[in-house]
Amino acid sequence: MEFGLSQDQLMLGDSVRKFLASEVPLDKVRQLAAGETNDSSVWQGLADMGLAGLIIPEAHGGAELGMLDAVAIAEALGYAACPGPFLSTAIMSAYLLNAAGATDPLARMASGEYRVGIAFSDVIGSRKGQVVEADSKLTGQSLFALDATADAYLIGLSDGRVFMIEASEVTRSSLSTIDVTQSVCELSFDQSPACLVSSDAELVWQTIYRGRAIQAADTLGAAQYMLDQAVAYSLDRKQFNRVIGSFQAVKHMCAEMASLLEPCRAFAWYAGHAFDESTDDSALTACHAKAHLAEVGQFVAKTSTEVHGGMGFTDLVGLHYWFKRIGFNRQLLGSPEAVRHEAAQLEGLC
Amino acid sequence: MDLSYGREYDAFREEVKSFIRSHKHKQPKPGDGIKSQAIRDWQSLLIEHGYHSRTIASEYGGYGAEPDIIKSRIIAEEFGAERVHRGFNGQGVTMLTPVLLEMGTEEQKKAFVEPTIKAEMIWCQGYSEPGAGSDLASLTTKAELDGDEWVINGQKIWTSTAHHADWIFCLVRTEPDAPKHLGISFLLFRMDTPGIEIRPLVDMTGDANFNEVFFTDVRVPKHQIVGQRGQGWQVANAILGHERGSLATPDAAMNRLNGVKRLMREESINGEPIMSNPVFRDRLMKLEGRVLAMQYNDMRLLSAKINKNQDVRLAGMIVKLIGTELRHEIECLGIDVMGEIGLSYGDNPHMRGHGSWQYQYMFYLGLIIGGGTSQIQKNIISERGLGMPKEPKIPSEKSAEKSAKEA
Repeated sequence: MEFGLSQDQLMLGDSVRKFLASEVPLDKVRQLAAGETNDSSVWQGLADMGLAGLIIPEAHGGAELGMLDAVAIAEALGYAACPGPFLSTAIMSAYLLNAAGATDPLARMASGEYRVGIAFSDVIGSRKGQVVEADSKLTGQSLFALDATADAYLIGLSDGRVFMIEASEVTRSSLSTIDVTQSVCELSFDQSPACLVSSDAELVWQTIYRGRAIQAADTLGAAQYMLDQAVAYSLDRKQFNRVIGSFQAVKHMCAEMASLLEPCRAFAWYAGHAFDESTDDSALTACHAKAHLAEVGQFVAKTSTEVHGGMGFTDLVGLHYWFKRIGFNRQLLGSPEAVRHEAAQLEGLC
Repeated sequence: MDLSYGREYDAFREEVKSFIRSHKHKQPKPGDGIKSQAIRDWQSLLIEHGYHSRTIASEYGGYGAEPDIIKSRIIAEEFGAERVHRGFNGQGVTMLTPVLLEMGTEEQKKAFVEPTIKAEMIWCQGYSEPGAGSDLASLTTKAELDGDEWVINGQKIWTSTAHHADWIFCLVRTEPDAPKHLGISFLLFRMDTPGIEIRPLVDMTGDANFNEVFFTDVRVPKHQIVGQRGQGWQVANAILGHERGSLATPDAAMNRLNGVKRLMREESINGEPIMSNPVFRDRLMKLEGRVLAMQYNDMRLLSAKINKNQDVRLAGMIVKLIGTELRHEIECLGIDVMGEIGLSYGDNPHMRGHGSWQYQYMFYLGLIIGGGTSQIQKNIISERGLGMPKEPKIPSEKSAEKSAKEA
């Protein structure tokens, strides 16, 4: 019996952390925010380390690793607020295309040259607009599609079918959100030719559950960063002739963050492991992990900012990029209330 | 990650299941008191089969097995699943016995361990005092040596089972001039010693779960001390470590949460089951997510007992804080599901589940405070877990006077 990351998984996480520490410093995030750079060089760097093809079979140029490996990596990416389509291309699209037997794009995805975005809002619950299909042509609108610079998109329809379409066949406009580290766009279709990838509604949901497990791990990493920053700041900042970290009010804020966050580590690991072992509770666990991390993440994001006082509110320390990343993960692929409702359905409670 | 216990444990699990099947009918009934023969017989049966005091050496009355975390876990799982009585686990069993085995003399181990684990000798714990709660080391109950006897004067509080106890393990100040942590000793003595008065302390549940205990010139043989004079604080801390983790197990929380689910299906407003109300359901699912996090945290802690290279200090430190607060909220949801029926208490004929939701809701508030309050837990987590500094010490009156004189 061993509950935890293996030596290989620890080493993988460490190497990603090292890469991100040198390649994605806060300045890089600021450049992204200012529109002075995009995520392509970072993504190519991560692809060269094998992250783009992480779960893609070796036969298609991937590393053929599992979801627990992906969780370990997502935690490192969240910690650095790293941009790039890990969630969309490397996890959700790679999983769906491979499971559906549409393996042609996988090798190019694994090498980092081809990005496949995700437009599943009709499946999860559309706020506005809908995409309809007739004769393999799509018409309509999909909001908040993941990855504004993808080469192609997987479009999930409300009946659970999934179509693939090249970016050149759609009208695409990038959507600004609070979070500059993850890109989303609006896709408009007008009799746009698309290719049916899957008619299996269960498959699209299995893809969404995997995405949620990864989001949970990403939030875990981002929240851990915010907690580490809060503790470090509290040991540096002095008021009333004492470091503020010696005041119980501040210590208790940090203890509360740590107490809620630490069990989330085991939770995220299990969520990844459950997919690797195909346990009966994998879908339920992913939903719970995503919703629970959304709540804990929100608490940590707020509390860490407060520990920083006025500086936390400014752009100077840049803490807000993590605050916003946690906020982004909370809403995308289902808000916590919506996801908990699904969890209740999965349990047959409603 | 490997969550299987291994095939070699399958046979052991079968053994436990078969024991439960053939002996379940002998377990104590809910009304059996802690001094009943039924409890003692069950306790002996469990020890004889290795389901209690499993790793305590047979020369001290235990089963004498090698420690095996997985086997202990399987026993807990099977007894939990069948809701079978786990045997008597009073403070003497869970807190004193490990300390005696680690720090007691050979005579003490021989004299006390066997009757304690067999529930023939019931203990209470004399730690807290009216003026020494979170700051336990400031306790003032004093013991002075007079010939071959300690003479004890003072008062303890929050002493559970004092009215049933045959013996007490007690912290007393024996070195009044030493710094506060170095002046304490750990004594053992009989509760029927002249000079001991017990007053029950009725709490918010309506029960007297605790007592006040008064000592007036209580005379105790000199050798009934564990560790050396002045070492009592070290001994006490070894015990508190045992206490904290056991107050809030996530598996018990999940059992209660499943109880809330049943309640939500059974209870209704105007014929509409509570389970179909999305507001209640969201509260339920939120709590379920929190319990799951603690269950996986618990598996991580279990794993670290087997694989010593895993660092789980922080994961362990937070269990008492989060576990007790979480349990309190689960019980609270149970009450809210019942609405005004959840107010029922005592002999109210409309009560559900013998009033356990109301009772546990209050009892767990007691546990949030007892065994190191939530606020003390946060101090420990921030200082030992996150490396944050202690509050600066305010000089005591004595030392302030002293430095004023010197000036």
